[in-house]
Amino acid sequence: MIAWLRQHRQACAGALRKLAAQRAASLLNALVIGVALSLPAGGYALLANLQGVAQGFSFEPQLSLYLKAGVKRADLESRLRADARVARLRFVSREDALKELRAAEGLADVVAALEHNPLPDAFVLRAVQAEPAALEALAAALRALPGVALVQVDSAWAQRLAALGRIGRLALAVLALLLATGLVAVTFNTIRLQILTQREEIVVSQLLGATDAYVRRPFFYLGLLQGLAGGLVALAILGASLAVLNPGVRELAQTYGSAFQLEFLGAADSLSIVAFSGVLGWFGALLSVSKYLR
Amino acid sequence: MISFSAVSKRYPGGQDALRGVSFTLASGEFAFLTGHSGAGKSTLLKLIPAIERPSAGSVIVNGQNIGALKRSALPYLRRNLGLVFQDQKLLFDRSVYDNVMLPLSLSGQPPREAARRVRAALDKVGLLARERANPVQLSGGEQQRLAIARAVVNRPALLVADEPTANLDAESAARIIDIFVAFHQVGVTLLIATHDQALIERYGKRVLRLSEGKLAA
Repeated sequence: MIAWLRQHRQACAGALRKLAAQRAASLLNALVIGVALSLPAGGYALLANLQGVAQGFSFEPQLSLYLKAGVKRADLESRLRADARVARLRFVSREDALKELRAAEGLADVVAALEHNPLPDAFVLRAVQAEPAALEALAAALRALPGVALVQVDSAWAQRLAALGRIGRLALAVLALLLATGLVAVTFNTIRLQILTQREEIVVSQLLGATDAYVRRPFFYLGLLQGLAGGLVALAILGASLAVLNPGVRELAQTYGSAFQLEFLGAADSLSIVAFSGVLGWFGALLSVSKYLR
Repeated sequence: MISFSAVSKRYPGGQDALRGVSFTLASGEFAFLTGHSGAGKSTLLKLIPAIERPSAGSVIVNGQNIGALKRSALPYLRRNLGLVFQDQKLLFDRSVYDNVMLPLSLSGQPPREAARRVRAALDKVGLLARERANPVQLSGGEQQRLAIARAVVNRPALLVADEPTANLDAESAARIIDIFVAFHQVGVTLLIATHDQALIERYGKRVLRLSEGKLAA
């Protein structure tokens, strides 16, 4: 057991020495892996940030019901209040709506240019049930009421955003899979070259009684360490990119009155990326070793 | 210690390197293996650590049947043998000391004990002062002695050497053989291939003479 641990330590130290001895090649390899990984890692960070924003929005089951011109508030209000599917009801008169619009950023000029108020009276109501199907059913029922011009399910866009997020995550997974394959290929080739250059040492070791495990171990460590280094490079690239992007993002966010900026990945996510990269490096080494060390 | 019975070795392509070779080398024996080049000396020696397998017959080393040995058992067979190769197979990317350390580190020896054994082995072949040198810096005779130090650092009971005095001047060659004789005196079994007739006559040990793959004497 102690001998086994010692051999692992020796193999690891040997791999580290090898990486240090071939500094330029090792750095280049780590860079290749890092760049490849920084793409999905960056995408993941971006999605995580957007998700944070989306969570700030309400997913409340809210509908807007616009009245036809000339229809009175009272014509509908009692009916809506009586509806068990409606939890809350608020009337927004066309004058109030115009005031809100005027107060909104950048729209004051547009509103001032209007000769008369084009906005309809409206009810904003909150449904009891939040499921999309129930909301749609309610919206359809409301559309059928006399005097109703238009019913909008306001939470639909939030659902669309969520769906978009799911597509984004899926695309990211595909990208990550492709680049992970690339990473394994890079390690495979590096280890293959390493095996070729160390052919003599391997042959001599085998003649002197080295087990297959002993011969393979340093290459596994080499792949693992290279992967870990690549993961760290990916995090560094991500950090640098965010630092470059953030002044612009903050400026943009300020015009919306928000203090939003892109946040770096959390500790758990960062660790996962480095660990994932290490595992891929180890796997590349495994493939290479089982093909070229026999 | 070594027992060959009716051993033949045919290489792919139909060339017969050994034909019906039988002999026994008892524990503690010292024998020279001789014959002109191409007689099969190297092939015979390669059968002992299972670098090659016999095509027919049986090779028994330390009680193990080489022909039937599993690949996974080879390392443990080889660790108990001292091998000096014709081309020495030294590693030039590391020091003299690290070359001798290799057999110990791959068998997982504790470092302190290993260091002691490496120095003892280097001392025996007179290279202790050169432990920090690279093998490239050594003369031909010194490189051969380094190869011997690496072969004996595991304290094998059997030492097999292929042409250890080839390309050496008479003085260096004698020094090599003197080292072997010293190992023999402490009980190591030796099988040494050489075509140097003068050397064989001088030491008067047992001689196995190969001719066209057959044992003559």
